[in-house]
Amino acid sequence: MTAVTAAAGASAKKPKVGSLERQRRWTMRGTYLALCVFVVIFLIPPFYMIMTSLKSSAEISAQKGNPWIAQSPTLDNFVYLITNDQFQRYFLNSAWVTGLEVIISMTIAILAAFSLSRMGFKGSQVISTGVFLTYLVPPSLLFIPLFQLVGNLGLINNTWVLVLLFPTLAVPFCTWIMIGYFSSIPKELDEAALIDGANYPQILLKIFIPVAMPGIIAATIFAFTVGWGAFLYPLAYLYSADQAVLTVGIVRELIRGDVFAWGTIMAACVIGAAPPIIIYTFLMDYYVAGLTSGATKG
Amino acid sequence: MSEVSLRKIVKSFEGDVQAVKGIDLEINDHEFVVLVGPSGCGKSTTLRMIAGLEEVTSGEIWIGGDVVNDVPPRDRDIAMVFQNYALYPHMSVFENMAFGLKLRKFPKDEIRRRVDDAARMLDIETLLDRKPKALSGGQRQRVAMGRAIVRNPKVFLFDEPLSNLDAKLRVQMRTEIKKVHQMVPTTTVYVTHDQVEAMTLADRVVVMNHGVIEQVGAPQELYHNPQTRFVAGFIGSPAMNFMNCRLEEAAGALRVRLSDTLAFPVPASRTARYRSYAGMSNLVLGLRPEHITESRPNVVPDQHDFDVKIDVVEPMGMETLVYFTIEGVTVSGRVNPNAGATAQQPMKLRADLGNMHLIDDSTGKVL
Repeated sequence: MTAVTAAAGASAKKPKVGSLERQRRWTMRGTYLALCVFVVIFLIPPFYMIMTSLKSSAEISAQKGNPWIAQSPTLDNFVYLITNDQFQRYFLNSAWVTGLEVIISMTIAILAAFSLSRMGFKGSQVISTGVFLTYLVPPSLLFIPLFQLVGNLGLINNTWVLVLLFPTLAVPFCTWIMIGYFSSIPKELDEAALIDGANYPQILLKIFIPVAMPGIIAATIFAFTVGWGAFLYPLAYLYSADQAVLTVGIVRELIRGDVFAWGTIMAACVIGAAPPIIIYTFLMDYYVAGLTSGATKG
Repeated sequence: MSEVSLRKIVKSFEGDVQAVKGIDLEINDHEFVVLVGPSGCGKSTTLRMIAGLEEVTSGEIWIGGDVVNDVPPRDRDIAMVFQNYALYPHMSVFENMAFGLKLRKFPKDEIRRRVDDAARMLDIETLLDRKPKALSGGQRQRVAMGRAIVRNPKVFLFDEPLSNLDAKLRVQMRTEIKKVHQMVPTTTVYVTHDQVEAMTLADRVVVMNHGVIEQVGAPQELYHNPQTRFVAGFIGSPAMNFMNCRLEEAAGALRVRLSDTLAFPVPASRTARYRSYAGMSNLVLGLRPEHITESRPNVVPDQHDFDVKIDVVEPMGMETLVYFTIEGVTVSGRVNPNAGATAQQPMKLRADLGNMHLIDDSTGKVL
């Protein structure tokens, strides 16, 4: 009885004024807590990677002191990699393969998306869905049949095989993003251009590509990530050192039997991760705008 | 020479939906024609077929003496202004207006001259460097018009260009469009669902409904001599009153009876015209609100007083609208604000039967 009375008295003293404000405060606290957990989970590995890359082999193997801080930071690992011919080759291989892959994928994706979203031919809906369905087939299932195909083409252990194969991974999703983005462009815009005297290639070049730039950037970043970070295909189809790309090269070159050159491996990872991180940092806003626009209109 | 001629134009969409059901229309050189009708009446489809944005299912479209059915939009020498402006968002106002000329490989100084001329005419000279997103709705619509004007085409097409603007701006832009047409008297086809726009802008109004043309005529002609109940009801605001009636003949004179207690003599000038319909059922009396006014002491031929109980009063400032009921149908009248109209009170009104319309309800034709 007493308890009930006390509770009633308390609620009478504190009327629920500003409960919206209080609710907001709690929501914010919850949000920040969730974000902190998220940040810790996702930033600890890169942090540890950077720290280890700055340690000498001696410091890593000594296992003394705080492992999270480099006691005597050194750039030796980076210097070793940057001056290493083999590592330079891996990096350059990754760069030109990914560059070509992005150009090829985006050319195909933009042309496909434009025709699928705007030309309105029979079956374009079915093809649009089909394009997306191909994206759902896991690459790890495809690499065995592809091995035979690549073998018949005589491209085993030839870096060009990646230029051929990476677009098959990137094009479906890039096309999907671009279809979404192109569909969000009002129909009147191409009609106005048609009346102004443009033909379809001109509409694509002068209207659609400039207007859909955020979507194109988003798709380009995706295509870049696909090529730059790929591991399975290069591992399966390329076996000699001069043909390897960065992801596979790091593993092949820096892990010898059961000897792990941790400092150098981590430095290689930092160098390997740098291009995507730099690209994301500068183009993040476009990436998000492009993806969300595709999401709502697709 | 830029007449537009539509001959037996039919447009069917997939699933056998006929949006346009065989219309014929001749639009003269320099004429300003407005297609008006409710949504779904086929007016926009007709305009898009003239533009070449929709294919014609059957029939012929002529522009300037040539059949253009199979001519792509860019070779039809037309310019179109869209409802949502359709400005290229990544280009400046100047680039938007110059785009069509650039594609047609006009020399640079000619492009500059034409854009400057159009900008001056539309009062957007100071906006040429801005992007469309930095413009207000009215300014965007001017740019869209500018883009059409610089091309100096055979025909201007307007697809509900004022629908996205607020009421005040709409009136202002309406005048602007009329002014532009006076300066550049290009043949114009203008689509709207707003009958006031149609009446104020058009040399001739084409009223469409359900994919057919109901009536073509000058605004005043449509207003005073509608040929169908649809046109009578669509043109004019507030809309014409329609009351079920009977035509009675007694001693050589005709009376139009609205209820057991209310009947008006038909004007002598119309007796001969209506005599054959005496005794027919399915008749409707059409009378515009402005022809139902407050009673006045003077006697005017063909105007008759009657008593009603007012349901609702709507003061508009320069006039007052009154609503009352006859046989279950709400009827509106326009009275002087000082006539003392009061809701739920009896009032003596005057009907001007000289402006009556008698409609056969079964065919929808005005008799």
